Amino acid sequence: MSQAEARQTQRVVLQVNGQRHELDVEPRWLLADVLRHQLGLTATHVGCEQGVCGACTVLVDGKPERSCLMLAVQAEGCEVTTVEGLTPAAGLSPLQAAFQQHHALQCGFCTPGILVTMEALLRENPHPDEATVREALSGNVCRCTGYQFIVDAVLAAAKEGR
Amino acid sequence: MKPVAFAYYRPQSLAEAVRMLREHPGSKPIAGGQSLIPLLNFRMARPEALVDLNRIPGLDEVEVRGQRLRIGGLVRHQQLHEHPLVRQHWPVLAQAAGEVGHWAIRNRGTLGGSLAHADPAAELPAVMVAADAVFELVSADGVRQVPAREFFYGYLMTALQPDEVLAAVELPLASGTSWGFAEVARRPGDFALAGAICECRPDGTGAVTWFAVGGGPERHELVVAADANERAAQWQDLAATLDAQDDYRRHLAAVVAETAYLRSLGRDGQ
Repeated sequence: MSQAEARQTQRVVLQVNGQRHELDVEPRWLLADVLRHQLGLTATHVGCEQGVCGACTVLVDGKPERSCLMLAVQAEGCEVTTVEGLTPAAGLSPLQAAFQQHHALQCGFCTPGILVTMEALLRENPHPDEATVREALSGNVCRCTGYQFIVDAVLAAAKEGR
Repeated sequence: MKPVAFAYYRPQSLAEAVRMLREHPGSKPIAGGQSLIPLLNFRMARPEALVDLNRIPGLDEVEVRGQRLRIGGLVRHQQLHEHPLVRQHWPVLAQAAGEVGHWAIRNRGTLGGSLAHADPAAELPAVMVAADAVFELVSADGVRQVPAREFFYGYLMTALQPDEVLAAVELPLASGTSWGFAEVARRPGDFALAGAICECRPDGTGAVTWFAVGGGPERHELVVAADANERAAQWQDLAATLDAQDDYRRHLAAVVAETAYLRSLGRDGQ
């Protein structure tokens, strides 16, 4: 295998936020980068590129996974959902609105990854207790607000039935 | 950083996968990729090709076969954590799987991948050593069975050959032994600083298997003292023999062993 051969692109079909996309990607391209650069879905942020920070978290077949630890070619046949796909055409989702009301973000870099993770949590467990929220949140690093307001927002959204 | 260029193959069967690994020197299997892709991103791993095991049917099953619990290499940590058969027969394995990384990592990372990668701080290799599991390694030449206790050589080194796939593990069905698990990490989901699995048999004999202290799982048989002070001395003496990087790790090794022991008795260690 020469480098030239390895750098050839492959045609893949990705299903993202309910839309079908045919794309040419190099095998080495990360799903996070393809979402951002090929599809322009720039809400998914790339932080640490080693799975620790959680900023790039997206839903793959409904489950939170790291888009920096998945190749775009591997997402073929899966339904990928980014925070854009969780946002209504106008306004905010109930979870997003709760984040706004409870000041659960400051710079916003971590917010998309946290929103998709918490959305998945609330779908699986509509009435989580605080410990469950904190455990699910433990995979997402926020460096400005602290976590208290985020937990408040998620619990409030759960209480209001999102 | 971003990975170097590599070719990508997606076999539809295990036979096709091991043939590809044989045909393409410098190729590497990828399953969940939760350890491999960080290494690719940092360019610490530079494979010529990746053989993606994710679409191979039959590798993600959990079943009881005779007197053994059989778990496919492609079972994800979160599945392992939640699976009714694992919870019934090997609750300590289900518990350990829930301590691997974070939720998003557990949704993708696989049992086979964790065992093949053999990170010294990983929980699952230690559970396999404690449980006396047997691994099924498949290559183009056929299948070989390797006991977990002979599989791990040390830091990231195992008996797995470059053209082999860890297809399944088999654990004996538990037999009156009680188990406890404990680990210490700086934050939830971080790599453990020290961890232990304690087993206590009805006849009073037992064993402790440590992880994250040295280069891999380390299992020691002993008759655990009923007296807490005697026990503390036992843990300290054993921990002193570990190839740990510092005394703090040895101290933590004794702490997690005691907690795991108390949990094996159904008492919650603090």
